[in-house]
Amino acid sequence: MNASAGRSRSWRRAALTLLVAGALYEALARSGYFAAALLPTVTAVGQTLWAMLIDGTMLRHAAYTLYRVMFGLGLAIAVGLPLGILMGRVPAAEQFFMPLVSVLMPIPSLAWVPVFILWFGIGNVTTILIVFYAATFPMLLNAWSGVRSVNPLWMRAAGAMGANGRSLFWKVIIPGASPFIVTGFRQAFLRSWIAVVGAEMIAASAWGLGWVIFDAKEFLNTDIMLASLAVIGCIGFAFERIVFGSLERATVLRWGMVRAAKG
Amino acid sequence: MQHIEIDRVSLVYDTPAGQVAGVQEASFGMAESEFLCIVGPSGCGKSTLLNIIAGFLAPTSGEIRIGGRAVTGHGLDRGIVFQDFAQLFPWRTALENVAFGLEMKGVPKAEREEIALHQLRLVKLEKFARSYPHHLSGGMQQRTAIARALAYNPAVLLMDEPFAALDAMTRDEMQRLLADVWRETRKTVIYVTHNVAEAVYLADRVVVMTPHPGSVKTVLPIPLSRPRDPLSVEFLEHQKQLMRELADQAVKA
Repeated sequence: MNASAGRSRSWRRAALTLLVAGALYEALARSGYFAAALLPTVTAVGQTLWAMLIDGTMLRHAAYTLYRVMFGLGLAIAVGLPLGILMGRVPAAEQFFMPLVSVLMPIPSLAWVPVFILWFGIGNVTTILIVFYAATFPMLLNAWSGVRSVNPLWMRAAGAMGANGRSLFWKVIIPGASPFIVTGFRQAFLRSWIAVVGAEMIAASAWGLGWVIFDAKEFLNTDIMLASLAVIGCIGFAFERIVFGSLERATVLRWGMVRAAKG
Repeated sequence: MQHIEIDRVSLVYDTPAGQVAGVQEASFGMAESEFLCIVGPSGCGKSTLLNIIAGFLAPTSGEIRIGGRAVTGHGLDRGIVFQDFAQLFPWRTALENVAFGLEMKGVPKAEREEIALHQLRLVKLEKFARSYPHHLSGGMQQRTAIARALAYNPAVLLMDEPFAALDAMTRDEMQRLLADVWRETRKTVIYVTHNVAEAVYLADRVVVMTPHPGSVKTVLPIPLSRPRDPLSVEFLEHQKQLMRELADQAVKA
């Protein structure tokens, strides 16, 4: 079986899983046990979603949310990746930053929303900073673990061949830590995506997928809420599969440093 | 003056239980292009000695001289092949692995790839130049590692039981291949093994080490013509002699 045939099979399997879940939901919605306003059918949600896509509102909500995620995630990578690598390489940096990381990491990013609102007001700054907070730690921890898990034999072999300083860093440590770094990107994105929706519910106004869900609650627009949730799920799924999937295939999978996922 | 001199090299470890000698006053010399095996019971410090020669460990006392110059730390005058297949960089193709040392030396890309390809041809892997290590068998990975250690033309090739993790058939094949490579390159080789037949097959001389703490017990010449026949009477005679040297001390230990 070649790689692309395997990939299309894995897409078909994923579609099947989602189809079964959708059918079960539809059966529940049509069973009559629940009020239609609370549990709209897939068709009703689909119609609302279509309408919102056509008039552009859904795209605009998604664009706002994506902008906040990308900005916050970019900042998190810019800070978490170098800092994690530094901590993995320099014991003094590890000793200094580790207590700070240990204290800040367990605080849910959403717990900071009220504080950030007071400091930065409602809008992009607060939501982006919440995303940044949520994504930094998984990035940092994975980079830190990755650097520490680089096979010492690679370091020895490279050292024996005259690698030092810069070349050792770029040509051995970074690629050697790549399975963890890729996982770090993945987890950081996922945490960002989760955090942004929550942050938008409280700290955004007028636009954003989180905001639209929260706003729709006021008018009992369950169909809008579910349509937005579907969009959140789809974008997250697409990133997970397409962006991080291809990144993995181009690097650590190709190098045999991790095994392929089944499914 | 000998090409390589190991001059009363000792290494003492500091452990919670006190000082433990790993290597004690090991001395021997080597001529250029000589193939030398170091044999000894496991734990005798033969790998430690090789790591000292490689420069990964600093001796507590004594000196190693290559071409008359004392060496400290590691350097491009020594190439090393480890036992573990994982020594190759998984993110580099066989060719890129072999070219690594030259890349560190600043050799331009086209030139280093040409040299690397030549080295791969020497270990009969030119067809796999563009393969990543995880697509190569254990024996092929070790051959790549040998090519990699030879590519930047070190004065001496250090090998730490490179074939110990291979199955018996592949090991025989690899020993033949290494003998061919050595005949072609005439490298000075220090080869650590606990396999007596392997030592007799490959070596010009065999350094026999005593058990813990390791020191040089005797140096046994193997004056057999090459290629060697492991089933010949002379070969078996040398093998017996070497085993006697090792068994002798095993009883004492």
